[in-house]
Amino acid sequence: MLGNITIGQYFPGDSLLHRMDPRTKILATLIYIVAIFFAQTVVSYLFVTAFTVWVIWMSKLPVRLLWNALKPLWIIIVFTLAIHVFTSTGTVLWQWSFIHITKEGLQMGVLMTARLVYLILFSSLLTYTTSPIRLTDGIERLLRPFQRLGVPSHELAMMMTIALRFIPTLLEETDRIMKAQESRGADFTTGSLVKRAKSMVPLLVPLFISAFRRADDLAVAMEARCYRGGEGRTRMKELCYTRLDTVSMSILILVVLIILVMRFYAV
Amino acid sequence: MPIVLDSVTYTYGQGTPFEKQALTGISLTINEGEFIGIIGHTGSGKSTLVQHLNGLLHPTEGQVTVNGINLADKTEEAKQSRHMVGMVFQYPEHQLFEETIAKDIAFGPTNLGLTQEEIEQRVKDAMDFVGLDYKTYADRSPFHLSGGQMRRVAIAGVVAMKPKYLVLDEPSAGLDPAGREEIFAEIMRLHKEQGVTVILVSHNMEDISKMATRLLVIDDGKVLLDGKPIDIFMKYRETLQKAGVDVPPVSQLTAYLNQRGLPVSEEAITVDDVVASIESLKKR
Ligand SMILES: Nc1ncnc2c1ncn2[C@@H]1O[C@H](COP(=O)(O)OP(=O)(O)O)[C@@H](O)[C@H]1O
Ligand SMILES: [Mg+2]
Repeated sequence: MLGNITIGQYFPGDSLLHRMDPRTKILATLIYIVAIFFAQTVVSYLFVTAFTVWVIWMSKLPVRLLWNALKPLWIIIVFTLAIHVFTSTGTVLWQWSFIHITKEGLQMGVLMTARLVYLILFSSLLTYTTSPIRLTDGIERLLRPFQRLGVPSHELAMMMTIALRFIPTLLEETDRIMKAQESRGADFTTGSLVKRAKSMVPLLVPLFISAFRRADDLAVAMEARCYRGGEGRTRMKELCYTRLDTVSMSILILVVLIILVMRFYAV
Repeated sequence: MPIVLDSVTYTYGQGTPFEKQALTGISLTINEGEFIGIIGHTGSGKSTLVQHLNGLLHPTEGQVTVNGINLADKTEEAKQSRHMVGMVFQYPEHQLFEETIAKDIAFGPTNLGLTQEEIEQRVKDAMDFVGLDYKTYADRSPFHLSGGQMRRVAIAGVVAMKPKYLVLDEPSAGLDPAGREEIFAEIMRLHKEQGVTVILVSHNMEDISKMATRLLVIDDGKVLLDGKPIDIFMKYRETLQKAGVDVPPVSQLTAYLNQRGLPVSEEAITVDDVVASIESLKKR
């Protein structure tokens, strides 16, 4: 029941996207997400759509996976659409008592929803094609210039790595404890809200204890291997930019320029 | 009142990219009064199989019935049937949560909706059963016990529900030999004195050969062998090794002695049996 959560899950593969340097991917995703907000006309939206579809195709990920990324957010998506469709003023297309749909609202709603969907798709592309380790490596390197300003880039990255590493473990643990308590007659799914909140105690107490135990074990293990922070730490897999990254970044910058030009001339 | 598995197939994460078929068409009848040992290498599907016995997992195909009642049903009857099968997970001490030992053991009986006196009686009996003195331990925190004691509290919590069937998934993992002996002695007493049907998952052949009346060898989600332990050790040594499980040392020894021309009884299970057999050979 907990096994089908896919947020931020890496899907191994060997596409060009998988092979890109994580730094390039992170920067490109950030730039592109900002750029999407500059698209305004229908033509520029078509262009953004085409580019997004092309990148998805390049990633060679199963379409179902991306669909899964959108599914948990469908409420927000529907909500965005509804707000725009029902609350805009303009040429009325359809009316029933106080509810009305306008042409402008419909257009705006569709465009805003598309924006949101591309945003989600692109960020999930990043996490689907980059293993958590490479992702945090990339973040650490990108944050390094800010170290002088007091940003603990290594510690932040290490915390993220550990958190990501333990998400599946804790989910597994939750599943196991739930099953154990269910075999003792616990009921997590029925009853009033208060009763259900109370029924979480036999789940949460063991879960917290186990999390602390794991944290303790991990700390000891890290200490035993002489971990003492990022200072002077070398790595097994150095990140390095390749021609692929140069080309990808150039393409992206070109795409962003086109979007900006389209906005400027209102094409 | 047997537990019957009818061509049970189970797939984890069906419909996701991480699909994994863990059980394939398992048909099986567990009769009351049996002591069943389940053995197989890691990942062969033992835990998945036993979780079907009290409805924690429902088969993707096929069905599991206890007493003729399908565990996947949503009826009150099916719920009752699930409670007849107690389940002790691997590292059961990780499920403790109450402030006191007595309260933790009472969790199961309370969920059964028993009266206060009945609950108290069951807690006393269960603690007595696993050898924890009620007066000394009832009001202590379960988190200040040793690993072995914590596990006994956890087992008491399941025993207090008075299940007709008791499933134990590797109950001795991570215990020292003394702790292991104690746990197994308790399980054996439960079986002998209270007539509880026991299903014991382990990858220690020796433990199983001493206690089980029937052995199931699981390999790759299927039942590879099913029979009396001693028959399986004698006849299927190679099949066992291919499935990645070892014959118990005593059986290895008797086989070796026979091979070298000393006809000790191959039915010997303990070291004492072997010694007795050799003694009787000397007398002849
Ligand atoms: N929650 C789960 N999600 C996905 N696959 C699982 C899960 N639990 C077990 N499996 C897989 O099912 C198979 C059988 O596992 P399990 O029943 O735990 O084996 P055993 O108890 O014999 O070691 C293994 O290949 C394991 O990786
Ligand atoms: Mg197991």
